[in-house]
Amino acid sequence: MATRGRLVVIGVGNPDRGDDAAGRMVARRLAGRVNSNVEVRECAGEATELLAAMAGASSAVLIDACLSGALPGTIHRFDVSRDPMPSAIRPWSSHGFGVGEAVELARALGELPPVCIVYGVEGGCFDPGAAPTSEIAVAVKEVADRIFGDFVNEGP
Amino acid sequence: MATRTIKVDYLARVEGEASLKLVVRDGRVDQAQLSIFEPPRFFEAMLRDRDFTEAPDITARICGICPVAYQMSSVHAMENALGVTVDGPLRALRRLLYCGEWIESHTLHVYMLHAPDFLGYEGSVEMARDHGDLVRRGLDLKKAGNEIVALLGGREIHPINVRVGGFYRVPTKRDLAPLAERLKRAREAALATVQWTAGFDFPDRERDYTFVSVSHPDEYPFNEGRIVSNRGLDIATADYDSHFVESHEQHSTALYAQMRDGGSYLLGPLARYALNHDRLRPLAREAARDAGLGPVCRNPYRSIVVRAVEVLQACDEAIALIEAYEEPDHPAVAITPRAGIGFGATEAPRGMLFHRYRLDDDGSIAEARIIPPTSQNQASIEEDLANYAEGFLDLPDEALRHRCEQTVRNYDPCISCATHFLRLEVDRG
Repeated sequence: MATRGRLVVIGVGNPDRGDDAAGRMVARRLAGRVNSNVEVRECAGEATELLAAMAGASSAVLIDACLSGALPGTIHRFDVSRDPMPSAIRPWSSHGFGVGEAVELARALGELPPVCIVYGVEGGCFDPGAAPTSEIAVAVKEVADRIFGDFVNEGP
Repeated sequence: MATRTIKVDYLARVEGEASLKLVVRDGRVDQAQLSIFEPPRFFEAMLRDRDFTEAPDITARICGICPVAYQMSSVHAMENALGVTVDGPLRALRRLLYCGEWIESHTLHVYMLHAPDFLGYEGSVEMARDHGDLVRRGLDLKKAGNEIVALLGGREIHPINVRVGGFYRVPTKRDLAPLAERLKRAREAALATVQWTAGFDFPDRERDYTFVSVSHPDEYPFNEGRIVSNRGLDIATADYDSHFVESHEQHSTALYAQMRDGGSYLLGPLARYALNHDRLRPLAREAARDAGLGPVCRNPYRSIVVRAVEVLQACDEAIALIEAYEEPDHPAVAITPRAGIGFGATEAPRGMLFHRYRLDDDGSIAEARIIPPTSQNQASIEEDLANYAEGFLDLPDEALRHRCEQTVRNYDPCISCATHFLRLEVDRG
């Protein structure tokens, strides 16, 4: 999936809360490997912060931990450019106002980037202070590789 | 016996994880419980044996919405323990940083979390479809607050530039100048926000609350002052424990706080406003008057208007602080570690945040206590539910559930903050 214009990759989560770090771990894997038209960011996940991070981008990829009942480490991928995320997938947010709301708020305001992809990494443990589980580490590598393959190495 | 139970398993549009339960028997509210089930996080234990210098950065991690409040209460408590006073431009910069947090936190709540209740929307997304320009105004106003925190704090979330004694780096006048221009636009938006929220339709509910806040003779309270109430309380921060007590209730992971003489109390915008109304800046005071707020507001549903007034206050004060700013000679006051006990109480957006630390000779933390505003407000939230829900019982379940949620959202509860400690008792028979 080639992209022209600015691409923003946003890793969402809390690095101090177990598997909630998944999105940020993906962002860290990609940082430094990307072309100049790609901005890699980490966000705590509050919706208005995400909205600001996506502003003006032609493509956005958001990565967050989620809880749907699937096995930990399962990777979900949604093209939300036209349709919302399925409600069965709940990005894990302690703020109750996170990725899903940011995408829909951007859409309602006519500010959603024309291409917007959300990756959800199924988490198993969100305990405060816990390290991410090994299942997450494997999924993080795969998501980073997929984003790199889909977007990043296409060049500006 | 007719029993009706209203349960909300996941409260939406609040910060953190909580549920509420209302049990009605024969037309009377029998039970109203706010259950906070976010896991406790043991920050107080985590702080033990760490150096006093680490407290602002560690405690800022307690909350992504109000990290400045944690930093401010911790630095004031540490400076109190170490016999240090921070004044002049450094004190002004702290107030400016706090203005940024109030603007971003209050605006998020007013526009994204609370306004949909009054305008009949499920949430801000649905509201944005019909009122895009309003939501954009809210986002722009919030961003002005973010920009203050980013400039003074080093970054927008979990700022890293605050230290005991001052800052690691202070801005130049030139750094701050563009921010003042930005804030003038924000001030216009804040005034419009007061006018907008004042026009909402509010349930006619009032209670005779015990209001508690920090109070300063010359300023609307942020960082400094005595702890006062509308019932005659007027104490130094160090005397907090003589007048307030925490206890654990089984249904919540957050501790409850009460006055030692019994009874709940209310912190936050309504309390600050009632106790410090005459110290609002003229622009905010006039806007409050024009919005129909008297000097005291006891209707918690109107807290959205008071929050908007406080955003206006923060924008106006931030501009004044920037205009009067003179760069300090040093970014921080020099500090020599020593043993001591220190207390700090500052006004987080949701209300008074109390910190107490005991330090050893080398400045390491021997004991830490943090009492966030949401845990102090829990009892009052439940009393509001019990008192006000009775007037809404003729509503069908869905509408009653919505009223209950709205009643909780009046407090802008920050539940992640509230779950700071849990005494765990294991009954093994």
